[in-house]
Amino acid sequence: MSGALSFQDLTLGYDRTPAVKNVQTEIREGSLTAVVGPNGAGKSTLLKGVVGTLTPLGGRVLFNNIKRDKLAYLPQQSKIDRSFPLCVGDLVSMGLWRRIGAFGQVRRRDRARVAEAIAAVGLDGFGKRAIGSLSGGQLQRALFARLLVQDAQLVLLDEPFTAIDARTTADLLTIVRLWHDEGRTVIAVLHDHDTVRRNFPDTLMLARELVAHGPTPEVLTAENQFRARQMCEACAGPPHTCGRSAA
Amino acid sequence: MIWETVLQPFADFGFMRRALLGCIAISVGATPVGVFLMLRRMSLTGDAMAHAILPGAAVGYLVAGLSLGAMTVGGLIAGMAVALLSGLVTRVTALREDASLAAFYLISLALGVLIVSTRGSNVDLMHVLFGTVLALDDAALILLCSIASVSLLTLALVFRPLVLECADPQFLRSVSTLSALTHFVFLALVVANLVAGFHALGTLMAVGIMILPAAAARFWAETVGGMVFGAVVVAMLSSVAGLLLSYHYSLPSGPAIILVAGVAYGLSLVLGPVGGIVAQALPRRPLNT
Repeated sequence: MSGALSFQDLTLGYDRTPAVKNVQTEIREGSLTAVVGPNGAGKSTLLKGVVGTLTPLGGRVLFNNIKRDKLAYLPQQSKIDRSFPLCVGDLVSMGLWRRIGAFGQVRRRDRARVAEAIAAVGLDGFGKRAIGSLSGGQLQRALFARLLVQDAQLVLLDEPFTAIDARTTADLLTIVRLWHDEGRTVIAVLHDHDTVRRNFPDTLMLARELVAHGPTPEVLTAENQFRARQMCEACAGPPHTCGRSAA
Repeated sequence: MIWETVLQPFADFGFMRRALLGCIAISVGATPVGVFLMLRRMSLTGDAMAHAILPGAAVGYLVAGLSLGAMTVGGLIAGMAVALLSGLVTRVTALREDASLAAFYLISLALGVLIVSTRGSNVDLMHVLFGTVLALDDAALILLCSIASVSLLTLALVFRPLVLECADPQFLRSVSTLSALTHFVFLALVVANLVAGFHALGTLMAVGIMILPAAAARFWAETVGGMVFGAVVVAMLSSVAGLLLSYHYSLPSGPAIILVAGVAYGLSLVLGPVGGIVAQALPRRPLNT
């Protein structure tokens, strides 16, 4: 298996202050990787570097067999405006953007794909419901449906199961495993190490620098976790200034 | 009776027909933009931009007198400068958009007041502030209708990215590079429509026809399209009713139009089926219908 994504001496940060330093590793094509680490370790920052919303301060992210536009990204706290008059169907249809852009027509098979995705996340019959009326778990299901429609080769999830009920988490994990079975590359920032051990074959541990990357049982050791905490405390002080840069 | 009250003023007087055409053009052009301002929680941005236009119009007036072209160009330049500068400051520095916009529009407004007061005390300048809807000439009408047409066409072109930019900007940025462009095109539409609006209603009242119908339509429709339609209808009816009130009771027409729109907003607030006061007091429909 070849590397789908390589980080080459990658340094990312905000306002010229690095949050992630000199990361050098490779994500295998078709791998299912969890990104773990203490708070402020730069996990979300790493994903933003891959998405391209954050330009590297040094080094680079190389896409090998994956086109950058075949990427789907679910941010940590989606900045979605839930008071905006959209229904679930509209939200999920946004996933068609790469195919239809600003002017393309939504064809019948596109509609069918949207309906299938809504059904796949267990929101059958919710297509016309306003997004403002959904619970947190239901909204997360809808956002996963949008990812399904995006049909991406590389899926990036930033803490997708935080503040989500157990049943929804289980259902959404099924979808993540399905993506893995279909050969898509999935990278997810996660906090719950049990979830990681049970579902993610590979783990990348980050503490502003790379701690370890490899098969989950070899990475998620007590020793590595201790080292990660020490590394984060060593470079104490605010990882980046408050306000805008944290967004 | 209806003939005399409603139709005869328009049938008998050319200036009333011109005023009506001007107001309809503004209703069609500015109100849909107002719906998006409201949905983006930028209603007060409209107000700020209207103030920002003032020094441009004042400079135009000083240079060329009460000239349609000079004041339009001046207003467009001042408005776009404030929009671009505040957008640039937001993207480059840590200052958020509301604060950077407030800073630039306050500077712009102070500049406008300064220019007006050093050379002012002229009755014509009242036209800039309060509009001249009953004295629109051919050139002004052509300008209003052109801006309305261009605005509608542009809005149709950017509709999809604009909805995404409003509802989920992070997502748009992750799939497309159109985000910043969409934002600036939208601000340009706001400025263009405010400039059109100030010829008829004045810089202070122009925001009213943009925001009040949009706020009223929020209580009647659940979709963006429905809101745009509802807002345009409210704006047109307010224009007709406001012009008639000003004709029959000798009221200044700009404020009369905006006040009628205000009444429409008040009624919608109480009676509107989508989240209006009465609708909320009624027993709720069961979920999952």
